[in-house]
Amino acid sequence: MKYSESARIIKQERLASDVFSLWIEGRIAEEARPGQFIAVYTKDPSRLLPRPISICETEGRRLRIVYRIAGEGTRQLSGLREGDTVEVTGPLGNGFPAEVKGPVLLIGGGIGIPPMLFTAKSRNDNIIVLGYRDPELFLLRELSEYGRVHIAVERPQECGREGSEYIEGLLKEGIIESFTKGNVLDAIRENGLSAGSAFACGPAPMLRAVKEYCGVNGIEAWVSLEERMACGIGACLACVCGSRDIDPHSGVRNKRICAEGPVFKAEEVII
Amino acid sequence: MKERKLSVDIAGVTLKNPVMTASGTFGSGMEYSELMDINKLGAVVTKGVSLLPWEGNGTPRVAETSSGMLNAIGLQNPGIDTFIERDLEFLYKTIDKTDIPTRIIVNVCGKTEEEYVEVVRRLADTDADLLEINVSCPNVKEGAIAFGQDPGALSRITEKIKRAARQPIIMKLSPNVTNIALMARVCEEAGADAVSLINTITGMKIDIEKRRFVLSNKTGGLSGPAIKPVAVRMVYECAGAVRIPVIGMGGIASGEDAIEFMMAGARAVAVGMMNFRDHLITEKTVVSMIQYMERHDIRDINEITGCVR
Ligand SMILES: Cc1cc2nc3c(=O)[nH]c(=O)nc-3n(C[C@H](O)[C@H](O)[C@H](O)COP(=O)(O)OP(=O)(O)OC[C@H]3O[C@@H](n4cnc5c(N)ncnc54)[C@H](O)[C@@H]3O)c2cc1C
Ligand SMILES: Cc1cc2nc3c(=O)[nH]c(=O)nc-3n(C[C@H](O)[C@H](O)[C@H](O)COP(=O)(O)O)c2cc1C
Ligand code: FES
Repeated sequence: MKYSESARIIKQERLASDVFSLWIEGRIAEEARPGQFIAVYTKDPSRLLPRPISICETEGRRLRIVYRIAGEGTRQLSGLREGDTVEVTGPLGNGFPAEVKGPVLLIGGGIGIPPMLFTAKSRNDNIIVLGYRDPELFLLRELSEYGRVHIAVERPQECGREGSEYIEGLLKEGIIESFTKGNVLDAIRENGLSAGSAFACGPAPMLRAVKEYCGVNGIEAWVSLEERMACGIGACLACVCGSRDIDPHSGVRNKRICAEGPVFKAEEVII
Repeated sequence: MKERKLSVDIAGVTLKNPVMTASGTFGSGMEYSELMDINKLGAVVTKGVSLLPWEGNGTPRVAETSSGMLNAIGLQNPGIDTFIERDLEFLYKTIDKTDIPTRIIVNVCGKTEEEYVEVVRRLADTDADLLEINVSCPNVKEGAIAFGQDPGALSRITEKIKRAARQPIIMKLSPNVTNIALMARVCEEAGADAVSLINTITGMKIDIEKRRFVLSNKTGGLSGPAIKPVAVRMVYECAGAVRIPVIGMGGIASGEDAIEFMMAGARAVAVGMMNFRDHLITEKTVVSMIQYMERHDIRDINEITGCVR
């Protein structure tokens, strides 16, 4: 069941210089599953399309999203405060499958990290790999409660010496299992990580690399894709991705990310 | 409370109220039926359907613009056979069989005259109440808009389709012409039972950071509140030029907007991209039209059609 509702804001906080965490209350939370998303609408009548945002976690009737300011819509969202309301529709799409061969590599790159928290909380066989562009390691401590965490940072030098001391500290404290300078694939290779399955969310080049790596190493992979959306519910055919086979719904070689996705079996889609 | 008459007549088919969905913004209602009641609508207009499956354009297919959007879906559809088996079957099962049921209007597209004619023939024995012929899609290379921008071609295709169709036909007009009233007249003379307008206005958006077109198709069709004044003006011009019913659309976001289109001359209206912003907007439009009628003590909605001249 999907709901369109005016959700009350419980809490808004900043996690990194351009990343915010927002808790809202409503019916959507109770039916949400890991990997699903919500459509967030701005209050600005000149910006009419939805902002699709992954569900980061839920607690009863409360739902959390973690988002990066990417433009005017997310900037306006970050200005909302406790007690304000926000129009949302969800839960949308299909999430990560529950029954898969474990252990599971949970791979999150950048703003693809948030849905991994919801996913990690739903399993107990997680090996978590997180890719950050700089040492602003949002959601890291929360994720570390649900599995061993390996992190990759593209530009660790950005915080200078302090940054490397911070990372040393995380290793000592046992918050992270390993640190790699580079991307998530570098971290997976460096630590020789293997698993039964992999769930990945992040930028397209990362997903492409994960798909290839898992294919070669016999790991079943699922990826969460992104595309511009309009209806968010599968009616307008804006948000398609190419598919290996003819899709039973579309009758052609593409699938709706908002309806059949955003999570797909990696081998079935063209990334 | 007095009886208020909301029903309207399009080519002998009675709609319980003047509000329909605009083609391509509502699928066949399947997805929306989870969030709203399609039995509240005058008619459901389905996404354009062609003879064989069409893949559509590459992505990005949509872009947000000020109070509107550009789309270049490219008429992706599963083809008429799947459409009849699945989509029409869904509508048949979902629509209550009351006195005036929600009507089914099938939007038809094609690359050649023959393709349009064949699709229309296959719809003859189905539950479709009316056919809307899309000769105005700006997002496909062949067919579609080419028929809608040339009076001779428009006249010929209208005649051919009219001859082949069992249901009344509505010709959907393009705003991307110099004189839209002339196009409406051409359709009427060639036998069309109604005209609907406007389809989207061709537009373009460039990403100046990446020095690239935002849409993979480069151009797309502009819709939404941004185009409403253009649409109202065009409905007014067409309604003044033909006797057949005019169906108005372009940026409708409320009952008040719908009333405005009717005053300009529309017999019925369609809500398009605003369905994306609010999945319940069509139902709400009907409710606020009734409130308007009560406020102004209007007995019959047909009274306001073309009342501003
Ligand atoms: C399934 C899915 C899940 C997502 N989950 C998250 C998340 O958890 N956290 C997060 O920070 N971001 C997430 N995104 C990306 C997020 O939707 C965009 O960053 C956001 O829409 C940008 O809006 P804006 O108004 O700030 O930017 P603008 O550039 O002003 O937006 C203009 C238009 O483009 C669309 N748009 C821009 N970027 C994207 C994008 N990457 N994907 C889809 N549409 C886009 C907007 O929705 C809007 O319609 C997700 C995207 C998808 C498809
Ligand atoms: C995403 C999208 C898809 C559309 N697909 C079709 C279509 O298949 N056939 C058609 O005749 N018109 C199509 N249209 C045009 C609409 O039916 C309508 O004429 C136009 O969008 C103006 O109305 P609006 O401003 O309320 O959206 C489409 C519009 C949008 C936004
Ligand atoms: S956004 Fe409309 S089909 Fe996905």
